[in-house]
Amino acid sequence: MSDLPAKAPRWAIWLPLALFLGFVALVIVGLYRPADRNVASALVGKSMPQFDLPAALPGRPGLDSKVLANGKPHLVNVFASWCIPCRVEAPQLGALAKAGVPIEGISVRDTTENLQGFLQTNGDPFQRIGADDDGKVQLALGSSGVPETYVVDGKGTIVYQHIGEIRPEHLGLLLDKLKEAGQ
Amino acid sequence: MKRLIALVALAFASPVFAQEEQSTAPYAYRQLDDPAQETKAQDLMETLRCLQCQGQSIADSDAPIAGSMRSLVRERIKAGETPEQIRAWLIERYGDYVSYAPQLTGLTWPLFAVPGVLILIAFLLLRRRFSAKGAGQ
Repeated sequence: MSDLPAKAPRWAIWLPLALFLGFVALVIVGLYRPADRNVASALVGKSMPQFDLPAALPGRPGLDSKVLANGKPHLVNVFASWCIPCRVEAPQLGALAKAGVPIEGISVRDTTENLQGFLQTNGDPFQRIGADDDGKVQLALGSSGVPETYVVDGKGTIVYQHIGEIRPEHLGLLLDKLKEAGQ
Repeated sequence: MKRLIALVALAFASPVFAQEEQSTAPYAYRQLDDPAQETKAQDLMETLRCLQCQGQSIADSDAPIAGSMRSLVRERIKAGETPEQIRAWLIERYGDYVSYAPQLTGLTWPLFAVPGVLILIAFLLLRRRFSAKGAGQ
């Protein structure tokens, strides 16, 4: 080995160490940067999948995706009575319903009694509630949890997805998205 | 003794949120009758990410949404869809993240290309070194 002619410049000996340190820096940055663990639906910007959910409550219509293409923007709220953040967002949904926003519910893996109890305690902003008992429509929507809220324009295109509970500070953004969708 | 009874009682208490496990998805906890189809479904389920407990596959996870996904996979396999069709359907909705099997995309191609490039560089370096040695003798 020592009889090899030394052609490389002297600084080149530090190159592997520099590469290694660069790699360590990359790993440390990756470890300490808080990653976004939300899985956003890839359907934003595309049309709502076709579905026709049966009524979750007696006396309240179920949810047919055709309703969402009736020319007016809608909010579609994916929720469940067993979901704690859904209770947190209930007042905000109530305010939106009061403001005249049509809110359609998709009730995921729930029972009628639990759902009735939930709506009695937390208020009931929904025009229609579809029962998604096996979670198929939730999967078709690209929704990865509850609650999630979709802004759907009058043609049935998903224009915005809100992941997690709607807090008071999100109301403005949602109303803006609804206004945009209505134009 | 009281403490022991409390402990034993605790072990048998059903958690309040167990109600969410009342999944009516038919194949969440039931295998397909055809063993060949079940094997296919199982192989696919092990390569799909649970969206709630993101380090686990849907085959490993007890999250309710994983149950729904298992049932979806099994029902579609039963209906004659191929595993790759089902994977594509899920990727269309959740993005590549839902699949543990890496897809070759504009973002991921370096992962596949870099090993080849490294081997090529090693080959060129070694060839130079060996031919230099040969010339030295």
